[in-house]
Amino acid sequence: MSTLSEQILGAQAGAYVDREVDIAFAHDGTGVLAREALREMGVERLPYPERLRLIFDHIVPANTGTTATLQAELREYAGASGIEFFDAGGGICHQVMSEGVVRPGMIVVGADSHTCTLGAFGAFATGVGATDMAAIWASGGTWFRVPETIAINLSGRLSGAAEPKDVALAYVANLGMEGATYRALEFVGDGAATISMDGRLTLCNMAVETGAKAGMFYADALTIRYLTEYGLAAAPQAPEDCCYERTADIDLDDIVPLIAVPHRVDTVREAEEVAGTHLDQVFVGTCTNGRYEDLARFARIVRGEKVTVRTLVIPASRSVLARAIATGVLADIVAAGCMVAPPGCGPCLGAHAGVLGEGEVCLSTANRNFKNRMGVGGEIYLSSVATAAASAIAGEIAVPEVA
Amino acid sequence: MQGAGSAVCLGRDIDTDLIIAGRYLRTKDRSVWAEHAFEDLDPTLAARLRGSVIVAGRNMGCGSSREQAVVALREAGVVGVVAESFARIFFRNAVNVGLPVIEASVSCTDGAHVAFDLDAGWVEVDGERYPARPLSSKMVAILRAGGLVPYWRSDR
Repeated sequence: MSTLSEQILGAQAGAYVDREVDIAFAHDGTGVLAREALREMGVERLPYPERLRLIFDHIVPANTGTTATLQAELREYAGASGIEFFDAGGGICHQVMSEGVVRPGMIVVGADSHTCTLGAFGAFATGVGATDMAAIWASGGTWFRVPETIAINLSGRLSGAAEPKDVALAYVANLGMEGATYRALEFVGDGAATISMDGRLTLCNMAVETGAKAGMFYADALTIRYLTEYGLAAAPQAPEDCCYERTADIDLDDIVPLIAVPHRVDTVREAEEVAGTHLDQVFVGTCTNGRYEDLARFARIVRGEKVTVRTLVIPASRSVLARAIATGVLADIVAAGCMVAPPGCGPCLGAHAGVLGEGEVCLSTANRNFKNRMGVGGEIYLSSVATAAASAIAGEIAVPEVA
Repeated sequence: MQGAGSAVCLGRDIDTDLIIAGRYLRTKDRSVWAEHAFEDLDPTLAARLRGSVIVAGRNMGCGSSREQAVVALREAGVVGVVAESFARIFFRNAVNVGLPVIEASVSCTDGAHVAFDLDAGWVEVDGERYPARPLSSKMVAILRAGGLVPYWRSDR
């Protein structure tokens, strides 16, 4: 009778265990520090390069000479050490790892807090810091505390203009920014099967915003179908009759478009309550909402319309971009007057490519609206893709119409 | 393992963007992070960190996994961080760079004398003693070595 974390980590909640990892990745930001730590540790050879990935996504392409030089050093290291390398333009690390790398039952660590995204496949996926990553690259494993688990029990089915991002905002509001600290979240219940793979990635992505170590779905027929497209075989996982620390119930039928208002992710209002709020920028993308389904949903709403506020759309990966080109989704987005930037994190972390000025307001499909995150004095509202699309057309926060 | 310093009291949910902003991350010069620590929270704070013990509320260090946040505090001369609870990546990062973290619920006044003993499991604020949640033996060993890098080197 075990939770999914207990099954994968092979011990009961509360235990400290040492485990080998299946996949360990870093990006251009954390990779620089991991490389420094490896140098200080005196590690010259990485014993398991086939488990390791390095993905450039945080500042791509490089914004300054300093960034370019740091990236060049890391690029050279990837080549010399045998780590599988994804250069600028390949996409956001979590998205790249979701495209045929991570499978159910794996233990995955990433030097990025949103590594929990990959729990969507029924993997135990969690974020670590750069020095932890260096030791993992050097040894192939690390220690974990097996987390207690909070169940998010999904019932019903999404309807109207509501989408998985609204469910994510709903559970973050329900649990609060520290409601699941040191815990894992498991998305269970009859409603779970109705959420698409892209939607599951969105839901698991925001687990860390409640302090959780992991956010997980059990692999089911949908997971297996998705992985088959990448030539991967997987078996379904079944929830055992296990002991959750507690259960939070969410009826998908009750979900309406929601918005997290500045500067806390857990301060969530119905979109209707903040409709009319002035906007200077709309940003659609990130590891939360930059997937194909997101871009397609956005395109459906802006098709034949013009956005009236500067709107930035950033696909989460090259394959998302390629598919959006092939299906005409990208043409609709460009025709509506949006800017499209290369796959990556974009301005989410406030480093480049669409940062905010003093007093500017952005509606973003990302996962964090911390004070000053996208630029000093800027304000960030977080919403679904449909709300972002309706708002881009209106030039102010607007409630999306029922699809 | 013991430490002591002058209290700098912070609130709850202090995120790592507030500890060190994204715009300062692209360097390997650790002094840059120390210099700009907490800049968006209080631009005068960085200058007051040497010899301090940070005392925060719940969910200290939430958000990004950026290790620059804990390195900034260590480089700025912070002796330790006491909080009611920590975001887990920040907690692990702190241990890994040799910055003592103490989970305890204490009442704080800026400038109060804060002392802690990780082995005995307590924090004192101006002489008043509070229990601290014990660390795992592995975390204590890493902290005692001065961080994961020296721990690794001594463990080989």
